[in-house]
Amino acid sequence: MNIESTLQNVSVVGELLNGIPHGVAILDTNLCIVRMNRFLEAMTGYITDEAKGVYGEFVLRTNLGSRDLVCKRVLKNGESVSIDGNIINRRRKKIPVHFTLSRLHDGKGKPLGVLIVLEDSSVMKVEKLGHQEQSIRTEIIGHSSQIEKVFELMSVLARTDASVLITGETGTGKDLIAEALHKSSPRARQPFIKVNCGALPEALLESELFGHVKGAFTGAVTETVGMFRLAHKGTIFLTEIGDLSLPLQVKLLSVLDDQEFFPVGGSKKVKVDVRVIAATHRLLRDEVQHGRFREDLFYRLNVLHLHTPPLRERDGDIRLLLDHFLRRFSAKLGRDVTDFSAEALAVLTQYPYPGNVRELRNIAEYSANICQGTAVEIKDLPLYMFRAAESQETPEVVRSRLDDSLILPEVVKKVSPVAGGWIEMEKEMILDALRQCGGNRSKTAVVLGWGRTTLWRKLKKYKME
Amino acid sequence: MKIMITTRGDFISPRFDLSSEVLIATCYDQQLMEEPRSLLLSDVSAEILCDLALKEKVSVVVCGGIEEVHYQFLTWKKITVIDSVIGPYNDVLQLAVNSGLMSGTILSGVNSREVAS
Repeated sequence: MNIESTLQNVSVVGELLNGIPHGVAILDTNLCIVRMNRFLEAMTGYITDEAKGVYGEFVLRTNLGSRDLVCKRVLKNGESVSIDGNIINRRRKKIPVHFTLSRLHDGKGKPLGVLIVLEDSSVMKVEKLGHQEQSIRTEIIGHSSQIEKVFELMSVLARTDASVLITGETGTGKDLIAEALHKSSPRARQPFIKVNCGALPEALLESELFGHVKGAFTGAVTETVGMFRLAHKGTIFLTEIGDLSLPLQVKLLSVLDDQEFFPVGGSKKVKVDVRVIAATHRLLRDEVQHGRFREDLFYRLNVLHLHTPPLRERDGDIRLLLDHFLRRFSAKLGRDVTDFSAEALAVLTQYPYPGNVRELRNIAEYSANICQGTAVEIKDLPLYMFRAAESQETPEVVRSRLDDSLILPEVVKKVSPVAGGWIEMEKEMILDALRQCGGNRSKTAVVLGWGRTTLWRKLKKYKME
Repeated sequence: MKIMITTRGDFISPRFDLSSEVLIATCYDQQLMEEPRSLLLSDVSAEILCDLALKEKVSVVVCGGIEEVHYQFLTWKKITVIDSVIGPYNDVLQLAVNSGLMSGTILSGVNSREVAS
């Protein structure tokens, strides 16, 4: 009994196949077309009558390996196969297709042919792209116009393969954006390697980035591939690029230009295909002007530039982020902290967040831990937030308050702010006092409120004797 | 007139972009000038085949399924493309030499597993 006679016995088979919303082809044991449903006819551009009896591969034109190996294997083993691929139809259109191949057999297990279901996945791919855009948004929270602009730019940058420079204050989500860019780029299935250029000393960083050969330096007992080779075909994310030393900047520039480099101590060039995303909290243009960053590297990295706005400029996002992080930490801790009191919210929304989202997240975590009720009160907020508020007062206000409340030696009050920290200020203070007392060390010590020995020790320490 | 045919075994290759064998024949006045040359390509790519067609200065390309972009490129380069052809390449070549081949032609002898493999 062959498959054609089997199908003819069942008059409803044709209608049954047409009812399936995917392309369906039935091949005989010679892998020639026996039946095609209407959906497949539309997909391939061939009607069943002209395709009947023709070797299936000539009509379907799939990319499932040469000489129909998959079909032959299914027919032989009887194991169904599900595989992604494409077809080129008569209208010269390449259609991405999800194939499912199963063996047809009679009741006794004798193979009669192969059933191929072709699911048009072009629609699914479009949906997937939309979903990817959505996933960028779900990882980074915000609805302000400033962050919306970032999202818009990100969806454009994700489609390109050029270098991206992400700038922004610390804690604004540069890392998250870099990762989201990678995940929504065509390199998403390849590795995403993050390297913090500020975390390692220069010599170590060079070996970390480019790898080294065995015996390149003392302790190099084995060969290391380096981050660039690990990121081959993927993305390397160089964070804190502004902290990179000048010699390494030269090497990085040559890698970006030629996509090849010599590992430390190596004599053989290594070729890599890597997309570079760099980030820094520094103003690279200023660094270039001060000679701390190479101008050519800056222009090479600055092909596409994305600036992450600080939290204080993102209208309305603070409340959104507070709620999100409070919910997350409260769930993690198994607490029932769900809201902020009006007073606490007033403080939290007015706070300038110099550490941006990272600081806000930490504040939410602190509050979720400390709060004993269901709503976060002012007392549940970290104390430094209020100290920071005080320190934002102008120097004049602080000075007047000091004048009123603290009894400081006259010399201290007169001291003007000196660049260089406490040591410089103390030196200046001692000099002023000495001048005031005509060089008399005992009087100077009294004026400063110190003992003579302390003054002598400090003079010796600062080499002012 | 030079004709390039993408082949797989004894047949026209089902897909232009996945063809690794080509047959190049020169004809004049509906007669083959010489024995057709068979080339085996090291890489499989539609771009390589397009380049080859230009390099060999062919006037006609005969193939199975071809993407619109490659079809347009070849026709832009004044090469006639006869696509969606199904059949044994010898018969197809004969038809092409006699100027009787059209896009979408399905010749006989393509219905058994033995001949196809």
